[in-house]
Amino acid sequence: MFAFIIRRIIQAVFVMLVISLVGFSIQHSIGDPVRDLVGERVTPAERAVIRDRLGLNDPFYVQYFRFVKNACKGDLGLSFFYKKPALEVIVSKAPATLELVIATALILIVVSIPAGIYAAIYPKSWLSRIVMAVSTVGVAIPVFLTAIALIYFFSVELNWLPSYGRGETVNIWGWESGFFTWDGLKHLILPSVSLSTIMLPLFIRLVRAEMMEILETEYIKFAWAKGLRRERVWFVHAFKNTLLPVITIFGVELGILVAFTILTESVFNWHGMGFMFIEAVERSDTSLLVAYLVVVGAIFVVINTVVDIVYGFVNPTVRIAGRK
Amino acid sequence: MNTWQRFKNSYLFYNFKQDPIAIGSFCVLLVLVVISILAPVVVPHDTYDTATIDIMDAETPPVWMEDGNENFMLGTDIQGRDLLSTMIFGLRVSLIIGVGAVLFQAFLGILVGLLAGYFGGKLDAFLMRIADIQFSIPYLIVAIFTSAIFKLAFGVGRWEELALPLLIIIIGMSEWPKYARTVRASVLGEKNKEYVEAARVIGISGWRIILRHILPNTLTPVLVLSTIQVANAVMSEAALSFLGLGMPITKPSLGSLIRSGFEYIFSGSWWITFFPGVLLVIFILVVLLLGDWLRDVLNPKLYKG
Repeated sequence: MFAFIIRRIIQAVFVMLVISLVGFSIQHSIGDPVRDLVGERVTPAERAVIRDRLGLNDPFYVQYFRFVKNACKGDLGLSFFYKKPALEVIVSKAPATLELVIATALILIVVSIPAGIYAAIYPKSWLSRIVMAVSTVGVAIPVFLTAIALIYFFSVELNWLPSYGRGETVNIWGWESGFFTWDGLKHLILPSVSLSTIMLPLFIRLVRAEMMEILETEYIKFAWAKGLRRERVWFVHAFKNTLLPVITIFGVELGILVAFTILTESVFNWHGMGFMFIEAVERSDTSLLVAYLVVVGAIFVVINTVVDIVYGFVNPTVRIAGRK
Repeated sequence: MNTWQRFKNSYLFYNFKQDPIAIGSFCVLLVLVVISILAPVVVPHDTYDTATIDIMDAETPPVWMEDGNENFMLGTDIQGRDLLSTMIFGLRVSLIIGVGAVLFQAFLGILVGLLAGYFGGKLDAFLMRIADIQFSIPYLIVAIFTSAIFKLAFGVGRWEELALPLLIIIIGMSEWPKYARTVRASVLGEKNKEYVEAARVIGISGWRIILRHILPNTLTPVLVLSTIQVANAVMSEAALSFLGLGMPITKPSLGSLIRSGFEYIFSGSWWITFFPGVLLVIFILVVLLLGDWLRDVLNPKLYKG
């Protein structure tokens, strides 16, 4: 087990090195740190001096090592637009994205588990059929279309919910939160609902499939034979064992949600990390772009490593398969 | 028995006839594909010819609404282009990118999968490690990053000229590990079978064994995967275009049309977003349904969830 953890961590570090190499090559080939630092109104001669002083004429690998060394200290360069360290900009945008993902995860849990269980218990009822049909069609609808449809109905036609920005936020220990104001919560509804529609069909199907499989097992048949109440068999005996695979997949899919926040945030003008990324592309803010790449890469690597290690604890075949 | 006869008597065709959803999806897909191939002939207005566009026609609603114009059945977009024609051209662009990207990623992935599976050892470990690394990051993130970087590297003007081939490459690059894994798995299953052994014994070269003997036996899962990947690629393209990282508005795909219409949804011009959106969803839906059907038919052992 110990060896397995070490091997996974070495692999994670290696992946981070690859990501940082990609990031650095981008910065090296299309970024211009001198412009990021002093702007565009400086004579070429002065630029050359600054270039030399920053060590931009050093060989590639020397600069790359410097980049990695700085990155380890949390210094990912300077954002050209914000005139602030790139990491600081990203951290300031992170709460918005995280709150969106948290709200989405809550919606996912609250909707997909009851819907999946219902569809598994009554597979032939018309309601289950509707749920399954909707989830089939739902897979084919891109998230930005769902978002636009929601905006059109609830903001433009009915004028019930806001469609733009985060609304009023309160600052709690440096965390800009929209969870504690009525306005902030109202702004959160449409983005989180549309973000959850990406995963909802998948999760309903997953919960349903797992539940149906478990309802066929021997111990459930035994529970019926004992004459237990239906609710007890469904929700205590069967549901408990449905949960384990669902939770594992949930962890992995949560990472994928982060990717889709880019789309949702750009529809709703939600000022989180994804929105910042699109802005950075439009402003050619290379340092910020690279910093985002490294941060998101790190998030994925950490999630994957943790999930793998947890899985290694739960399922011994995983850690043995890797051993040669 | 000729090929057509054989096809008519096959299990695949028999199953197809039994399944109304498969028949329906296939017909819709066929119509969409034929329309987009014949696009320059069938469109009512040639929207690529800027001389025919009049900005005064901009934001005309569909014909059945007030202020509708008989000339423009589904109305016009913000630049005064006929929406129906623009959509047909958009579907064509989306399809070209979707199919092109799938061909590209299939080529790349099959090559890697064959090499890794057949030769094994260090090469296998190396190639699969790369695939693992890329697989651990969602493909959409990879696609968004690469197109953002290409856009910055080329500059906006050059990007708009090169968008179509670049998008094919970007979307292809972001999804190849799926093919590599599928093909490698089936190669590992095939390579120790007797017919491969026999081929090796009579002295056929490695490459010939890979291409003529093993490759044909890995194609069933590749076919199933490809159907679903076309839908995925079209969806990725739409997402990229919607973010402004895809096709420019002068040669719009369905995604860029939706993006351009979105800005006008607050003023009530819903049709610019609605019709391209519906077309996109219909296309993706029929491809996914066909893919599901194909998977069930070709792989009956698979659990139908």
